[in-house]
Amino acid sequence: MAAFLRSWRRFYGENPLHLLSVLGCIALSGYVVSLVYTDPSAIWLAVWFLGAVIAHDLVLYPLYALADQPLTISRWARRRYGPERPPRVPAINHIRVPALGSAVLFLIYLPTITGRGEDALRFTSGLSTAGIWDHWLLITAILFLGSAVIYAVRLGVAARRTARDGADV
Amino acid sequence: MTTVRPTDPPETGSGPPPRVAVEPEYGFPRSLFRTLARIPVPPPADPRTWRSPLRGTWLTSVFGAVLLVGLPIVIITGLLSYIAYGPQFGQAIPADVGYLHLPYFDWPSNPSWLYRLTQGLHVTLGMILTPIVLAKLWSVVPKLFVWPPVRSLGGLLERISLLALVGGILFEFVTGLMNAQYDYSFGFSFYLAHYYGAWVFIAGFVSHVVLKVPTMVRALRVGPDGSGAFGRWLNDGVAETEPEPMDEAELAPLAPNRPTLSRRGLLAMVGGGSAMVAVLSVGQTWDPLRPLALLSPRGQSYGTGPNDFQINRTLAGSGIDPARLGAEWRLTLRGGATEVALTRDQLLGMPLHTATLPIACVEGWSVYRTWTGVRLRDLAALAGVPDPANAFVQSVETSGAFARATLQNNQVLNPDSLLALRVGNPGEETVDLSPDHGFPARVIVPALPGVHNTKWVSSIDFRPGTG
Repeated sequence: MAAFLRSWRRFYGENPLHLLSVLGCIALSGYVVSLVYTDPSAIWLAVWFLGAVIAHDLVLYPLYALADQPLTISRWARRRYGPERPPRVPAINHIRVPALGSAVLFLIYLPTITGRGEDALRFTSGLSTAGIWDHWLLITAILFLGSAVIYAVRLGVAARRTARDGADV
Repeated sequence: MTTVRPTDPPETGSGPPPRVAVEPEYGFPRSLFRTLARIPVPPPADPRTWRSPLRGTWLTSVFGAVLLVGLPIVIITGLLSYIAYGPQFGQAIPADVGYLHLPYFDWPSNPSWLYRLTQGLHVTLGMILTPIVLAKLWSVVPKLFVWPPVRSLGGLLERISLLALVGGILFEFVTGLMNAQYDYSFGFSFYLAHYYGAWVFIAGFVSHVVLKVPTMVRALRVGPDGSGAFGRWLNDGVAETEPEPMDEAELAPLAPNRPTLSRRGLLAMVGGGSAMVAVLSVGQTWDPLRPLALLSPRGQSYGTGPNDFQINRTLAGSGIDPARLGAEWRLTLRGGATEVALTRDQLLGMPLHTATLPIACVEGWSVYRTWTGVRLRDLAALAGVPDPANAFVQSVETSGAFARATLQNNQVLNPDSLLALRVGNPGEETVDLSPDHGFPARVIVPALPGVHNTKWVSSIDFRPGTG
């Protein structure tokens, strides 16, 4: 038995339960496909399914990873070429947090913020999405302002501490 | 100025020891995979591309544990919504789903907030989990580009199952978020897509949980450094944050940058994102927070009057000629020996019952109202079918998918199930329904999905039981 398991692993690369689990997944997915492939919209379902993966993994992820680069590069540059004294309070996360917060809200509420659902919404409910773009801008402003205020407070606290420590020495 | 912790190795001036990747296990044909692995590859396949010092098995396990609790709730409430639509009458969409459904049962009409709870959870929790799903995907993104892309037959099959998992969750979140915001630009039936997509996701999710839970539990128990001290990693500030050790999961970075954020900082940021989404979205189901639902279409108010609540289909949208809802309107009851036709005044002359019930939409929003009308069971008795198997309600509207609905026996007989004629703010006096809310009469049944509370009712067909 142990010998079988060893040679199985050398061949398959994982334990036998692994095969059972992934085959179960593939079989269930295949069953779903068998139910849906005759639907006239099946091709568009597939396009959106694969499109969602591509949009996230190859567009959205690289975009936000790149957006973070200026922050990390400037921090590196500052450490490398800036003055000896490190910043009292690093600013990097005071930019990251509100930017990410605003971006994630934009992503989740994109149809409403950009008014893409406007016509259908008016038809079903008599409501409009006018003003919701402004709400998003307002929330973004609050996030950045709040972050700036916290940064200022932390900077002040750090400066006082430095001054006091300096006086002690 | 730097503090050296007692456990730190003595400074040698040459920096920390170089990190070495753990040799992965290769399946057949091993020599091929080994050869491939030796080929130098450019980014993003080069493991040095991934520099965040926070990625690692432990961090991914923390996100995974949260999703392991949250996503099953979203999945089950979603499948329950399918049952709530009444698949036994062929009115759940898609109608024929083979074996892909929970065991069928009659959806309860008690407690009245049941659908409000399940569907509110489904939509709102889904939205709240979005930042965590994104963080989880961020934490595992190096695996997508790992070189060689497969190391064994098992690895190849697992990649396929991961397509079901990742494609499934992204597809479900995209279609769900779009539908709840009236963006139908995908062009296919939302119900069909979201239901079948869910089953592909379930396939990927269950398989992934089976394969990864042992790794997750081990990582959470021993902590990222093997010390068993979960807490230490949350106490570390930015300066103390060290990369997780390299392991066969290949999530920890080979060439980490200096940390700019602590682990607790990252978790607080992701959790804070979820909390913010919660505050901004709970208002669409919970009146006290409605003013904070600043980004949801259903956060908007119609006013404070008795008829000022969320409309799911305007009279204009229904295409009904308003003249048909005037003096010529009759309610027709069928099922007994003879048809019964009633005017609105005759209905108002019957014993009236008042109940405060929520109306809860599949899109996740809900509102409470006080409704006054004739009990459906009184109408059933009047029609001559006091204990019907079910009741088919038809609207004056004929075009839309929800211009008709079949109600179960328990939904007809519930003492709070009404053919409502009047409506009001919760606990207040009721007034005539407005045209947009279904004047002259509409159905309101406890715990029924909103769209099945048919408006502008023209007839009810009480079908006798078989037993």
